[in-house]
Amino acid sequence: MEMIGPALLTIITAATPLLFAALGEMVTEKSGVLNLGVEGMMIMGAILGFVAVHFTDSVTVALLVSILAGSAMAALFGLLVLKFHASQVPTGLALTIFGIGLSALIGQSMVGIAYDGLPKLSLPVLSSLPFIGDVFFRHDILVYLSLIMVFVIYYFLNKTRAGLILRAVGDSHDAAHAMGYPVVKIRFLAILFGGGMAGLGGAYLSLAYSPLWVEQMTAGRGWIALALVVFASWRPGRVLLGAYLFGGITILQLHAQALGIGVPSQVMSMLPYLATIIVLVIISSDPGKIRLNAPASLGRPFHPSR
Amino acid sequence: MLPSLVKRQQPSTLMVYLSPVIALILSMVAGVILFLIMKVSPFGGLHAFFIEPLSTKYGIAELGVKATPLVLIGVALSLGFKAGVWNIGAEGQLTIGGLCGGAMALYFYEQQGFHIIPLILATGIVSGMAYASIVAFLRVKFNANEILTSLMLSYVAVLFLNLMVHGPLKDPDGFNFPESRMFSDSALLPILLEGTRLHIGALLALTVVAIGWIVMSKTLLGYQIKAAGSAPAASEHAGFRRSKVIWITLLIGGGIAGLAGAIEVSGPIGQLQPSISPGYGFTAIIVAYVGRLHPVGAMLAGILLALTYLGGETAQIQLNLPVAVTGVFQALLLFFLLACDVLIHYRIQFTEQAVRVENT
Repeated sequence: MEMIGPALLTIITAATPLLFAALGEMVTEKSGVLNLGVEGMMIMGAILGFVAVHFTDSVTVALLVSILAGSAMAALFGLLVLKFHASQVPTGLALTIFGIGLSALIGQSMVGIAYDGLPKLSLPVLSSLPFIGDVFFRHDILVYLSLIMVFVIYYFLNKTRAGLILRAVGDSHDAAHAMGYPVVKIRFLAILFGGGMAGLGGAYLSLAYSPLWVEQMTAGRGWIALALVVFASWRPGRVLLGAYLFGGITILQLHAQALGIGVPSQVMSMLPYLATIIVLVIISSDPGKIRLNAPASLGRPFHPSR
Repeated sequence: MLPSLVKRQQPSTLMVYLSPVIALILSMVAGVILFLIMKVSPFGGLHAFFIEPLSTKYGIAELGVKATPLVLIGVALSLGFKAGVWNIGAEGQLTIGGLCGGAMALYFYEQQGFHIIPLILATGIVSGMAYASIVAFLRVKFNANEILTSLMLSYVAVLFLNLMVHGPLKDPDGFNFPESRMFSDSALLPILLEGTRLHIGALLALTVVAIGWIVMSKTLLGYQIKAAGSAPAASEHAGFRRSKVIWITLLIGGGIAGLAGAIEVSGPIGQLQPSISPGYGFTAIIVAYVGRLHPVGAMLAGILLALTYLGGETAQIQLNLPVAVTGVFQALLLFFLLACDVLIHYRIQFTEQAVRVENT
């Protein structure tokens, strides 16, 4: 029993950054745009959030700065892809390389500085429940926000008119354009949203998961988030499931020694990456299913015809 | 008067070649701004980055050392990108090639002879190919996105190298440092230029450029690769199987990245360490693009990006600038290039509002 509490906590904390980034990317992809720069947007959110909290001591400011950082990176991507008709794959890669480099540059003077971590919110009654209170109701605001976002995005995509238009743009930009919807504007907003969410995911890493700044601290989580979107077949509920599954793999990494598993730490660190590959293989092996769920215009450039 | 983009009747060949030059100029302007923000004299910064490294014989030789892996991988990735096969895990294939090539060098630690270096390089090629073949297999057999699998395998490769130099390949007399023994002289690449680190790997890189050029311009395979990227449906219809193109481009990419890894460990490094590449495999993506996905272009771009590594080191020593400036500069170059490439298919027109209507 004393193992289960920490294990569940590990799952939740490891899943939260993935959940933010994957949900954001899912919305971007739903609009028909593939942004491979998630890693770059996340790491900029991580460093700028950390810088902000260091200088202002305000969590609110830090989170806003992270959202802005991710969105600003996303705006750069959107500008290139939508205005300059740059191809989406190399532009996303460039965004990642840029984010990793720029964050290392900015974070130069932040190495070795510690932060207490985001404050844990205490909910009345619930937080004081034995066991359940500790595991489920004593988290920081981002954990709750990430879960709320699952519902918000589900509701937005499936129950609102704006969500319907977003999906229409992603499924057939030509048809959406013909119906008079501003394809480029809608995509730009979806890209910005994806960036903001990636920024929050990054902020969770540097403010809560391991509250300090380390170069390249996202360690491929942006890419895992991209894989999660495919795994989830572009559905919010399954993104949640996928993120928590990956959180579960992290337990093995952190608690292997406590469980008495004598495997080298490097092998344990390989697990999330190997799991990503396995998951991709399982999900992708049925191309018909992917085609059914993926936004039909995903990754295709949009040139309004006359 | 507003600038607007008007589609060209035909893509501009001039802009294909001019775009990297404009991008380089814009990156330098951005670099100057970056230097100003960091309170470094822009003149001193540019001098440290682009002129200082080339002012000595040793510096020019170092440019060749750094350009070697970039040119090699850049050429290989050009073929893949041209075919629309996104192998972005060259860093992992390089790491595995370096690890296996290095293990071969350590196996022959006690021996001497001219057979050792060819064996090391061949091991690098074969192991890099084997590692990339995982990606090809998963792509062809299970339709798994090669961008994600190749990248995930890069992380795995680096961790695996780390594990090996902490364990079986650790120097027995190395005071527990996570490094292998220094390779014996017979396992080190011959030096081309006395007093520098320029090794015969640079000649191999030039050979690969030449082979790549011939393959792309004179062979059926080159034609298939180009067709697969520019007109996938038509090329499939012509009987060029997509799976074949995926396999071949990934094997070439993996093999050459593995070769680059073996060259790195038996050339400038001379042993196995937890990190054997400052991101050459990723930078080679930029090399391929700046080089216009053409082998000769990749050579020129490889030299340019090698200069940014070298310049970053000089700037670090002389101006106390963080090494990360290099990465930022490289990414800016790619950004500007992608933006300038719009001018290949579009031209800028300064028009009144009325003319714009015709375009929408």
